[in-house]
Amino acid sequence: MTQSNAVTTKKVISRTSGIQESDYRWGFVTDVEADVAPKGLNEDIVRLISHKKGEPQWMLEWRLKAYRHWLKLNAEEPKWANIHYPAIDYQDIHYYSAPVSKAGPQSMDAVDPELVEAFNKLGIPLQEQKRLAGVAVDAVFDSVSVATTYQETLEKQGIIFCSMSEAIKKHPELVRKYLGSVVPYSDNFFATLNSAVFSDGSFAYIPPGVRCPIELMTYFRINQADSGQFERTLIIADKGSYVSYLEGCTAPMRKSHQLHAAVVELIALDNAEIKYSTLQNWYPGDKEGKGGVYNFVTKRGKALGKSSKISWTQVETGSAITWKYPSVILQGDNSVGEFYSVALVNHYQQADTGTKMTHIGKNTRSTIVAKGISAGHGNNTYRGLVKIMPSADNARNFTQCDSLLIGDKCGAHTVPYIEVRNPTASMAHEATTSKVNDDQLFYLQQRGIAFDEANYMIINGFCRGIFKELPFEFAMEASQLLRVSLEGTVG
Amino acid sequence: MNKVQERSQEVLAIRNLHVSVGEAEIIKGLNLTVNPGEVHAIMGPNGSGKSTLVNALAGKPQYVVTKGEVLYEGMNLLAMLPEVRAREGVFLAFQYPLELPGVRTWQFLKSAVDAVRTHRSLKELSVREFDRLLTEKIKIAEIDSELTKRSLNEGFSGGEKKRNEILQMLVLDPKLALLDETDSGLDIDALKIVAQGVNQFRGPSKAIVLVTHYQRILNYITPDYVHVLMEGRIVKTGGRELALELEEKGYDWIREASGVARE
Amino acid sequence: MTQVLTKYDKYVTAFQSLERSQAAREPQWVRDIRQRALSRFSELGFPTARRGNENWKYTNVGPVANANFEYAFGASRDGEKAIELRGIAPWGQDWVNLVFLNGRYSEVLSTKPSSAYAARVTNLADAFLRDGEVLEKHLARHATFDDDGFTALNTSFLRDGAFIHIPEGESVQAPIHLIFIATGSDRPSASHPRTLIVTGKHSKATIIESYIALSPAPYFNNAVTEIVVGDQAQIEHYRLLLDNTEAFHIGTSQVYQGQDSKFTSTIFAKGAALGRNNIHVLLDAPGSSCVLNGLYMTSGTQHMDNYINIDHAKPHAFSRLNYKGILDGKSRAVFGGIVVVRPGAIKTDARQSDKNLLLSRDAEVNSKPSLLIFADDVKCGHGATAGHIDGDSIFYMRSRGLDIDTASRLLIYGFAREIIDTVQVEPLRVYLEKLFLGALPSFKLLFGERA
Repeated sequence: MTQSNAVTTKKVISRTSGIQESDYRWGFVTDVEADVAPKGLNEDIVRLISHKKGEPQWMLEWRLKAYRHWLKLNAEEPKWANIHYPAIDYQDIHYYSAPVSKAGPQSMDAVDPELVEAFNKLGIPLQEQKRLAGVAVDAVFDSVSVATTYQETLEKQGIIFCSMSEAIKKHPELVRKYLGSVVPYSDNFFATLNSAVFSDGSFAYIPPGVRCPIELMTYFRINQADSGQFERTLIIADKGSYVSYLEGCTAPMRKSHQLHAAVVELIALDNAEIKYSTLQNWYPGDKEGKGGVYNFVTKRGKALGKSSKISWTQVETGSAITWKYPSVILQGDNSVGEFYSVALVNHYQQADTGTKMTHIGKNTRSTIVAKGISAGHGNNTYRGLVKIMPSADNARNFTQCDSLLIGDKCGAHTVPYIEVRNPTASMAHEATTSKVNDDQLFYLQQRGIAFDEANYMIINGFCRGIFKELPFEFAMEASQLLRVSLEGTVG
Repeated sequence: MNKVQERSQEVLAIRNLHVSVGEAEIIKGLNLTVNPGEVHAIMGPNGSGKSTLVNALAGKPQYVVTKGEVLYEGMNLLAMLPEVRAREGVFLAFQYPLELPGVRTWQFLKSAVDAVRTHRSLKELSVREFDRLLTEKIKIAEIDSELTKRSLNEGFSGGEKKRNEILQMLVLDPKLALLDETDSGLDIDALKIVAQGVNQFRGPSKAIVLVTHYQRILNYITPDYVHVLMEGRIVKTGGRELALELEEKGYDWIREASGVARE
Repeated sequence: MTQVLTKYDKYVTAFQSLERSQAAREPQWVRDIRQRALSRFSELGFPTARRGNENWKYTNVGPVANANFEYAFGASRDGEKAIELRGIAPWGQDWVNLVFLNGRYSEVLSTKPSSAYAARVTNLADAFLRDGEVLEKHLARHATFDDDGFTALNTSFLRDGAFIHIPEGESVQAPIHLIFIATGSDRPSASHPRTLIVTGKHSKATIIESYIALSPAPYFNNAVTEIVVGDQAQIEHYRLLLDNTEAFHIGTSQVYQGQDSKFTSTIFAKGAALGRNNIHVLLDAPGSSCVLNGLYMTSGTQHMDNYINIDHAKPHAFSRLNYKGILDGKSRAVFGGIVVVRPGAIKTDARQSDKNLLLSRDAEVNSKPSLLIFADDVKCGHGATAGHIDGDSIFYMRSRGLDIDTASRLLIYGFAREIIDTVQVEPLRVYLEKLFLGALPSFKLLFGERA
């Protein structure tokens, strides 16, 4: 194995973020000693990451292949999205940052108390006695997974839920078979970058016929300044299995932008179902548009088996920029794909998000319901592709995109792409854009409800169809996020 | 006795009929005989197979007959294409009449009448003859004649759609009318108009199978028989009084008496 | 010095030779515009679907760019007199007809109005001499060529075409019919017809543009129409793309609307191997409204692309778009619709709909109806559908005694009729009914249906 020439340094991250703003209550910084790679990206950094994680040679080679492909792209990011941002300097980013620990934590007690406290503050207790009931959590802090709860409970059923690093070591046959099988390393600029430098993420495998008894959850936290976060998640639902997976994300408030480029791959075999829910609440930047996370994420599921089902639900309220299209390749006959989304932009946030439904199998069905809310100077774009291939006899798609505008400085855009190559298919797309209905507002006010509250009620109602797709606690959290994100936008 | 009746006494004879939609079997061995001049009401709880029965008789492609036979005037009805059934005199008044944008009612009806007449070796009607026929029937169905100039059922109210079904029945003059919940969603005035159209149509050579959820319409169209359909089979047959009894007591007592399990 | 030959040299050469032979009689400002357009075209070239060019994502104009079309402006006009318009184009007794053969005005075939006529209807070459003021104010001011290669190319060859001027307050009853005929020749020819329509305040008119081929020979039609709809004016515009199935047709309409004006555009497309219909409407004043209808029917390997941009620049404007396609064979339809609502354009009411009927396994639809909205108090929506004839509707009609073939024809025609019925000009509607009804594709049973 080739040794890397790059070395990491240990440093304590400053407690002050340099910003005082109370609106984003997830904005605190945690003091932990971190193992940080020097800024910049080169082959040595890729080797360093792989070495730090003690990866086998095949993994390093895959990373290098991705890195070399990325170089050929000449730092040319995709241009078609409706987002604007200054050029990202890929040499000014730390590609590896991990809280220092002697060895991987052997038990929860061995986890750095500072980290446990950090997750406590986020509402994600990791200790045995306090952990969330009915939810197994993989906590990812900057580049690495620091703890996974309920592992034993899951193991009894043959369910594997662990960090990606661990999976590469313990379950190489599954990782080698499926990693890159849905999102190849050459898929797009950000996925290629991720393939080269991904640090950690979650891995889940549900064996045949098993219905995962609890929700699996990964909580992502960016802490390190100027660090990029590149997690990689892989979920495989074997024949006849079911899993519901949740993902939450926050970051401290910082003046500079942070890059997040994750890749998520889902595979559902015959009759399997994966339900994937996201609450994305990365730091959105301040009221003037300073700081915030650049969120360039590739999420894709392959409904590989017959009658398999993949369902994405996302509530996107964070990030300065969101570029994200959770998609489903409907390959198995009778497979089902769903996409339910609420995307909210405020201040100077920009979101270009949607989905791709690619119908290949016969009798495949897809449903897309996207709700966009634009406030402040925010710009929100729904961008979605429904592609019906010649083989997809009797494919069905229904798409509904609704946008709400609050204020006259924001934008709401709907850009659907429809490609139909089979006459037995039927697809229907509907979209509307409007502001909050004055008559509804007046009706509520007439019943004594304050203007702001009335607005919130209407907007919450506008999103309800999406929220109901979320697990209960997540739905409550989503409603809260909506309220916080909307504060001060009306009236 | 006329010639038709010589060939076969019954208008409709259904023997051990089984019908599936997709994977599910809905009609599970149904028997029914309908003679000329008779009105049969078929009642039953939701999902008992009432609509499936009449749609299968009309030949809707998704309704697959897996077993049994249906004789219509002694002929094998199941071997006929849907349009041939219509031309032979089987008419289905749809529970939910479809809207056909851009297809004008007048033109559609004229084409249908011509197809039926050609099949019966009659000559096609001239525009004037057809208009006369249409005007006469429009009066009975109490439809605004402007509606016939519009696209079929497009933008029609629920009541207008149902009356338009009755109008089509009167114009096409079938032998067997299958009315699929033609009374549902109608106010009392519209219901009377529909009933009046059906009674006008009723006659010694006509047969009517009337599927309904409520006995209300039977106040205006007196049935000769009332059948209760449950779990895809006729479990009880009676006269007019059975419908009243059903209204009063619901279906559970029949369920118990006939040994049909509750789903 | 060696001259670098570019692939656009043939256009430059054609341009120069025409400039030498024709330019002397034309005003300097026209020659300047042409010169600028040519240099812009040399920079832009033909559009490609390269990264980021969303407007041409689904249409490859390579066949146009690579073909060797000869500019047919000076082509022989033998046989001109033998052309019988009534047999080849819609016809109305009282219509004013201006006829162009391969892009060039035909005095013989046209029926210009008398001097007593309320509006000015003439060919551009004539207008250059007599209508300089109106022309200079509007020509090439609306259909700009900064970012559109085809418009730049058309403008480089801007010499003839139609000029219509409806003065303030005038209401012109009889439709004005512009007929562009490709006569066909041994070598593939190109023409770049140009039309300018300027309508004054409170004016009213109906204008029809028909594009017709007399032979099956391939040609390239690159037509640009500029329409200025004055305040409170009401303009009905029809465009019939009846090219032959070997033709390339790129048609652009650039519409500018004044306050409380009403503009109706209806497109009927049946011809062309590759057809592109660009309509750009700028609703530049409060109260302006436009209704854009379209019906296209394709078969064989035809490719039809409709690209419609409705720009709500000012508040209280209204737009409706309703396009329908019937696709058979291996044909392909592309729809790109953009509704832009600019900042401050409140009370915008916009709705677009694109519906496609696929009649064959090999037909393909690509639809992209976008909304780009920068104002909050608006009502905007769009819808798109693609699919086969509805099986339940077929059954409904069969249950009334109609056979599958008749039922499907009635349904397909019913689908098309929604657009045909909007035609206000009686002889035109009758013509279109015959044209479309007579050419309805036959119905084929597809997967999932049983006889």
